[in-house]
Amino acid sequence: MRKQDIILVLISAIFLVFMFVLGVSIYKNQQAKKYEFMALENASTFVREHSQTLGSDDAKVYLIEFSDPACETCSAFHPFVKKLMAVNPGKIKLVVRYAPFHDGSDYFVKILEAARKQGKYWETLEVMYKTQRYWASHHNPQPKLIWKFLPSAGLDLEKIRNDMNDPEIAKLIKQDLADAKTLNVRKTPGFFVNGKPLQSFGYKQLQELVEAEIKDAY
Amino acid sequence: MTNLDQTSNLNWTIIFICWFIASVSTLGSLFFSEIMEFAPCALCWYQRIFMFPLVLILLVGLFPFDKSIIKYALPLALAGWVFAFYHYLLYSGFIPESLQPCSQGVSCSETYVDLFGFLTIPMLSLLSFSTIVTLLFILKRRLSK
Repeated sequence: MRKQDIILVLISAIFLVFMFVLGVSIYKNQQAKKYEFMALENASTFVREHSQTLGSDDAKVYLIEFSDPACETCSAFHPFVKKLMAVNPGKIKLVVRYAPFHDGSDYFVKILEAARKQGKYWETLEVMYKTQRYWASHHNPQPKLIWKFLPSAGLDLEKIRNDMNDPEIAKLIKQDLADAKTLNVRKTPGFFVNGKPLQSFGYKQLQELVEAEIKDAY
Repeated sequence: MTNLDQTSNLNWTIIFICWFIASVSTLGSLFFSEIMEFAPCALCWYQRIFMFPLVLILLVGLFPFDKSIIKYALPLALAGWVFAFYHYLLYSGFIPESLQPCSQGVSCSETYVDLFGFLTIPMLSLLSFSTIVTLLFILKRRLSK
């Protein structure tokens, strides 16, 4: 075992790891710039006319969430997002976009959008997330099971069954999926704060990103 | 003596190069999946299964240089090469899409990266495995002489 061999391998290993880390930072910077540009030039990719929003219209921080009613992490994030909004009253506007990546989960989006026509959107979303483990455990959504939970949101089920097949809703889902693709959202929930993507995933990271934007805007 | 020294030096260097290629490929594939968030398709996973252990096995064979490393590394590299070659054929359309094993989830024939107009991810994989296999065979011949 020669000393110079060990040094050569060590230096190579350090070099490779360094290149990797450098690549990560270059790539992330590039992405951030790309999204910043898109947020300026193409704001509608982030927020469409049809997008459901929560929070004051005067809010300067737009929290865009690409979500899927059948996604477990989305459900876990929901109370956290609401808490973030409660801690910063009037400063955050939540925009819900759909990325129903789970097989058959567009069914639940359709129910949700139909509930919107009855003015019960957020109540329904709440019920969906709370009961999700009964009808979508282990990434296996079972549409039929959800119906028994829906009455607790105060919905007229007969009307939902009619409204959910509105072609407008299917169009809206298609548009959201297209925007998700444009914005490189491959997992849910996918967050953007004023067009800036959440770079590393987590509660704390989201909180930091939101707080940084609030600090910038106010 | 110096002649013998040079030969063993070159043998060591061949394994070192193989290790370096395997390391670059491993980090590269991790970059694609973890940083750029391209979900690896089924065939990519099989190639990863054979590429990742090469990094450690070849490293062990370097200190001290152990010629039996070929015996352990070559089967891995060859198996990986077979998958890479199959993937390449599928990708470039020599094998029809209907025959592809991964119908659900991520398509094996979708293009994610296209560097300089010809370097795609399956191509990079095939290149790495081919180089490693070739170098290991060259070393095998050198040692059996």
